[in-house]
Amino acid sequence: MTTTASLHRELGLTDDEFEQIRDRLGREPSYTELAMFSVMWSEHCSYKSSRVHLKKLPTEGPNILVGPGEGAGIIEVAPGVAVAWKAESHNHPSFVEPFNGAATGVGGIVRDILSMGARPIALMDPLRFGSLDDARTRYLVDGVVHGISSYGNSIGVPTVGGEAVFEECYAENPLVNVACLGVIEDKLMHGRAEGPGNIAILIGSRTGRDGIGGASVLASAEFDETSEEKRPSVQVGDPFSEKLLIEACLELISSGLLVGLQDLGAGGISCPTSEMTSKAGTGMRVDIDHVHRREPGMEPFEVMISESQERMLAVVEPARRDEVLEVCARWGIDANVIGEVISSDRLEIVSEGEVVADVPAAALAEEGPIYDRPLARPGWIDEVQSKLPTTTPPASLADAFMRVLSSPNIASKRWIWEQYDHMIFLGTLQGPGGDAAVIRLPDSDVRVAITTDGPGRYCYLDPYEGARLAVAEAARNIACVGAKPLAITNCLNLGNPEKEDVMWQFSEVIRGMGDACTALATPVTGGNVSFYNETKGRAIYPTPVIGMLGAFAPEAEVRGLGFIGEGDVIVLVGETDPSDLGGSEYSKVIHAEVVGTPPKLDLEAEKALLAFLAGANATIRSAHDLSAGGLAVALAEAALAGGVGFALEVDDLDHLALFSESPSRAVVTCAAAGEAAIFAAAERAGVVARRIGVVGGPNMRFGAFETALDEARSTYEGALSESLSSSIK
Amino acid sequence: MSARVGIVVFPGSNCEQDCEKVFRDLGAEPMMVWHAEDALPDVDIVVLPGGFAHGDYLRTGALARFSPIMSAVQKHSDAGGLTIGICNGFQVLCEAGMLPGALRKNAGLKFLCKWVDLTVDNADTPFTSRAEPGRVIRIPINHFEGNWYCEPAVLDDLKANGQIVLRYADNPNGSLDSVAGLANENFTVFGLMPHPERACESILGSEDGALILGSMLDHLTAKAGV
Repeated sequence: MTTTASLHRELGLTDDEFEQIRDRLGREPSYTELAMFSVMWSEHCSYKSSRVHLKKLPTEGPNILVGPGEGAGIIEVAPGVAVAWKAESHNHPSFVEPFNGAATGVGGIVRDILSMGARPIALMDPLRFGSLDDARTRYLVDGVVHGISSYGNSIGVPTVGGEAVFEECYAENPLVNVACLGVIEDKLMHGRAEGPGNIAILIGSRTGRDGIGGASVLASAEFDETSEEKRPSVQVGDPFSEKLLIEACLELISSGLLVGLQDLGAGGISCPTSEMTSKAGTGMRVDIDHVHRREPGMEPFEVMISESQERMLAVVEPARRDEVLEVCARWGIDANVIGEVISSDRLEIVSEGEVVADVPAAALAEEGPIYDRPLARPGWIDEVQSKLPTTTPPASLADAFMRVLSSPNIASKRWIWEQYDHMIFLGTLQGPGGDAAVIRLPDSDVRVAITTDGPGRYCYLDPYEGARLAVAEAARNIACVGAKPLAITNCLNLGNPEKEDVMWQFSEVIRGMGDACTALATPVTGGNVSFYNETKGRAIYPTPVIGMLGAFAPEAEVRGLGFIGEGDVIVLVGETDPSDLGGSEYSKVIHAEVVGTPPKLDLEAEKALLAFLAGANATIRSAHDLSAGGLAVALAEAALAGGVGFALEVDDLDHLALFSESPSRAVVTCAAAGEAAIFAAAERAGVVARRIGVVGGPNMRFGAFETALDEARSTYEGALSESLSSSIK
Repeated sequence: MSARVGIVVFPGSNCEQDCEKVFRDLGAEPMMVWHAEDALPDVDIVVLPGGFAHGDYLRTGALARFSPIMSAVQKHSDAGGLTIGICNGFQVLCEAGMLPGALRKNAGLKFLCKWVDLTVDNADTPFTSRAEPGRVIRIPINHFEGNWYCEPAVLDDLKANGQIVLRYADNPNGSLDSVAGLANENFTVFGLMPHPERACESILGSEDGALILGSMLDHLTAKAGV
């Protein structure tokens, strides 16, 4: 079958890209070949617009065992103990079909971790939605949370944290990111098809017509009025199959039966067959008649690009074939030999005895187009930055405080995380609701901390500063719980890269993230870029979600954010700049403003704070970083989490001091006897520390006003559940 | 000699490793038993762990009751051996008719993973002997279908017979009479929605789960000593 002139456009390829394919093949591509190119050269799979920028990121460090380019980054967290850590996005599918979009996002990241030979042990779900006043947003929140809950709980991987941010710019482009932590149990696997003569075994669910074009027509284009019609491009998840797939693959790996392993996600069978061979310098002959299918009558191109879920491709020595099939049969999952590694560099696809595709594997996997797209700083950013946030005092400080506390961005996310199993594996030392989750690795004393942060508003006002702030906040969260920041993964969510201002935002985000990661010695181990988060020409705020991983020194104590004992001393560490209101929660909630410049970050000051938190770990009883909502919200959260009030002793805290979002700050407490040690540690680290009050009593006494803890609790705990519970009925 | 604990693994079970770890920490000798076996190894206690046996398709526990191992579990129980079903395991026991009643979707129609307080209604059982009557214990729940129900007349009998063993202090899921855990007539089979294996270490939030699991081990020791 030959192709028609406009077909490539329907598949999402440009005229120029079509020409490149013709040149590379020296002939017209077949229909199947064109379909394979369309998914592998899609933005989602090829990173064609982002590659030139991504390579500027710092990716090496003493703890980094595997950096970007594999299924997940691998980081050594203790001598001889390695974990896998990776973030992904499932934004577009989740908007079209929230339950299955979010569920299959979980499934996809779990298989990424599995492909490295790691057992997935924890998930985090950073989510962004529009305003909860909008009925469709409430429907999306309910569907997405239910999808994550349904899938994550069934496969038995705890969801230990995440974020939920509500901002109008995400109304028609919700962000459903997901990060997964895994632990290497036996040996590291690689997605390589080494050794001609070895066989390729497709393991897992049957291939159907779901998810055709998920990577190309859905994830790599803007949304418009017809987006609903793209529902068939959303995959359907089956967590039961995924659970069996996890157990079967881990057994295959620990039994030493595999040469190579890769997951099937975006791009379907086209992806691992081309990538595994391209990396190994081999080729593969695939007979797709042997692909186990869900339905008859599928065209070869459908088999090659279907994104049916819960599938892995294993490369196996022929002598081990029966053992592999036996393990799969015992777990009750289908497995079939579909191909053979060959010594040429070509990917040959055979259907009913006929070659339907014959292309160089590297042409699909590595030699796709690379664009250094034009970029330009948009004029509107000067206008937005030149407006100053309103600083006039609110009529009632107490009232302003309660309004900020009840903002869905600040209020408790319990309604969401109580739907997630966050305890399975008996390793969740600190679960959702803290600064970072703390996970004890299975059958081990090794503890790691993970968190995600992505301040979209700051990045809208200044993408470079915003990205630096995102990394700094993530590192601060890790340090507050007692761990040392080690490495990041990320999910970079932006608009249409074919637009100059979006591309400029992207390049600034990369520059900011890179600078902060270099300064804080937390290399980038991989991640994901999600472009085309635009609907009807309106883009989201550039939103880099940073997933930070940290590890605990053997003697370090895990610290929570909640106040502990009556009489404990409250110390504010770090300097407050009262003008740091740009992009703040206070400005948004009280004045409906997102203007000015984001808070100013000095990475040396951030490093000093991190050093203080590590140095004073033994004296600190509780620690909480200051971020959205500033000091007022940090104190309230610490009191609510600890179930005990406080009384401030200082009377110079006005609305600016209370709600400024200056970075590099934390609220820590210590026993009265530990106060001198705290100040000594602060001096050693070179940070400003100020005693501001004591823990105790049933009220939150800010000096200028006070609030009963019980009243604040009903506001804080009720805000999200009230709007969401009323929505669904 | 340490107690031998057989943990039944259905495809889709996911709390079997947690149960294995906790029973080992308590000094027992746990072993996994695949659902497709038609006989149990020589065990003193059978555990049906939490998870989503057979994907929980059709209805929770509805397919698992037909797994070959279940007739061996029934025989083990008939012979006086102890069996505990936790969460999904409780659902399987109800479906298999080894415990009365059925588990429906939570009243709030949401999955719930949270710490709950339970009162020990009957401390004179092989599953609660380490606690005293009326004691409040803290153990997490983790389920969508934990809303237990039975016919009112059946409930009267269960109460009269002391088979209602654990009740929620603050009913989270709509269970009839706040029932969280109950035993069969002979007190050899016990099912509960909360996860005692998740509450056996203070660093995880509570050690009260060991009261339940440890009571079973005590029972065996007492029996062996007689």
